[in-house]
Amino acid sequence: MLKIMKYTLSDLLRSRWGLLYLGFFLLLTLSLLWLSGDVSKVVISLMNVVLILCPLIAVMFGVMYFYNSREFTELLLAQPIRRSDIFWGQYLGLALSLSISLLLGVGLPFLLYGLFGSTEIWNFFVLITTGVFLSFIFSGLAFYIALRNDNRIRGFGLAILVWLFFAVIYDGIFLLSLILLRDYPLEYYSMVATMFNPIDLSRILILLKLDISALMGYTGAVFRKFLGTGLGTALAFTALLLWVVLPAWSIRRLALRKDF
Amino acid sequence: MIELRNIHKSYGKLEVLRGIDLTFDQKGRIAAILGPNGSGKTTLIKSILGMVLPDKGEILLDGRSIRKQWAYRDGISYLPQIARFPENLTVLELIAMIKDLRGGHVEDERLIQLFDLQPHLNKRLGNLSGGTKQKVNLVLAFMYDCPVVILDEPTAGLDPLAMIHLRELLREAREQGKTILLSTHIMSFVEEMADEVVFLLEGNIRFRGSIRQLKTEYREENVERAIARILQGGERGRAKSREHGAEGIGHGAEGAALSGVEGHSEPETPRLHLN
Repeated sequence: MLKIMKYTLSDLLRSRWGLLYLGFFLLLTLSLLWLSGDVSKVVISLMNVVLILCPLIAVMFGVMYFYNSREFTELLLAQPIRRSDIFWGQYLGLALSLSISLLLGVGLPFLLYGLFGSTEIWNFFVLITTGVFLSFIFSGLAFYIALRNDNRIRGFGLAILVWLFFAVIYDGIFLLSLILLRDYPLEYYSMVATMFNPIDLSRILILLKLDISALMGYTGAVFRKFLGTGLGTALAFTALLLWVVLPAWSIRRLALRKDF
Repeated sequence: MIELRNIHKSYGKLEVLRGIDLTFDQKGRIAAILGPNGSGKTTLIKSILGMVLPDKGEILLDGRSIRKQWAYRDGISYLPQIARFPENLTVLELIAMIKDLRGGHVEDERLIQLFDLQPHLNKRLGNLSGGTKQKVNLVLAFMYDCPVVILDEPTAGLDPLAMIHLRELLREAREQGKTILLSTHIMSFVEEMADEVVFLLEGNIRFRGSIRQLKTEYREENVERAIARILQGGERGRAKSREHGAEGIGHGAEGAALSGVEGHSEPETPRLHLN
């Protein structure tokens, strides 16, 4: 599995898309840092980009990579290698390459700016961690979608839909439900509902860390009020971990039963 | 020894294999698996490799079931039907990667020389022509010394010189006592190389035997015509009513058609046309 991961990683890091993704983050972070000069503000600006862009790129890149490497996967399937190793290796390679692009693209400019001297290092760390989580979660979902659908058009359509659902539609429905149910106590409901959306979870995780109540929104406030920053963070973290494990486990289950 | 027992496979409503029983127990023989597109050749081959999982039945390799196993593939050289590789890797990197993944002794250098691949070694696979990719495919398939060799359309896109080398490699493998299965559309290749023929039609074995048996049984002088006989037996009405050659009859198993049958005397290389 490690070998396959290594090859996927080197293949992707050298690809045009991988470099483009890295370049985008480099440029964005550099310009944000130079324009604003306030590390805390830059982290918040970057948070909005990371929360939307990481899932989108991971899910689209994921299905694209899966479909493009199908014949290569067949070549691997004919070798004396375990099936789950092949798919997990590819999945990990993909998620890692995205994470590395994010880490370098955001990390290098911060390093140049003198991050280690500032007090913002932990905020930066949380930003990167959630970005990495989102990359893993959405690459996993992408692989799951691509394994389920041999039809590329449908696979890409579903991938966009999944991203749109978690990034936009989910919040709309959630907000609507809060308004409709406003006569009832909604603390636990909203907390549980947030667990089902990895993007919301990441947002809360960052905001809890930054401790900016104005930006925290209802759910963030609930998280802090009921659980405190420490427990709230731990809970959000665990939920995110579950979000990583579930697709990865489903990939294995599907891969073992699929014909190639 | 490869043993297939009552193999069934359907994709949705489409029944591709309908109870295949086959045993390849003699070493040093080349068996050609023939049949029109959609007859289940590739599905059969992929079942042996564990890439396609049969709905029913059992496949045994040297007496052991391959179900949920993977290590047995160490004893199989496989050439997939379409040669497509990660486009960013160079030829050398791909070969090194397979060597790294599989380990063990390889003969890649001799094969690279044989197929004259040195000028391409440092090119990215995405920039190679189809024929060159197929040569890379052949190097990957033949570089390991495995007791079982399975080739799906090895002749696709090869130039005449590479075809000669492929024949040499196959003869060599036969002399070494390997069990060789291959599928191809080129009947002259079958006639020259194969010791026996397995003809699949609509998921069943329609004929199995040596080339000589095939010719005597269907009273034809060459393999292509004998195959045409089998097909005509299977779908007599269609074969008779056909007027214009082979193309555009339809898809899937029933779309099988042959050129150079029914009294046409075409001097060109006999070739099974399949759409």
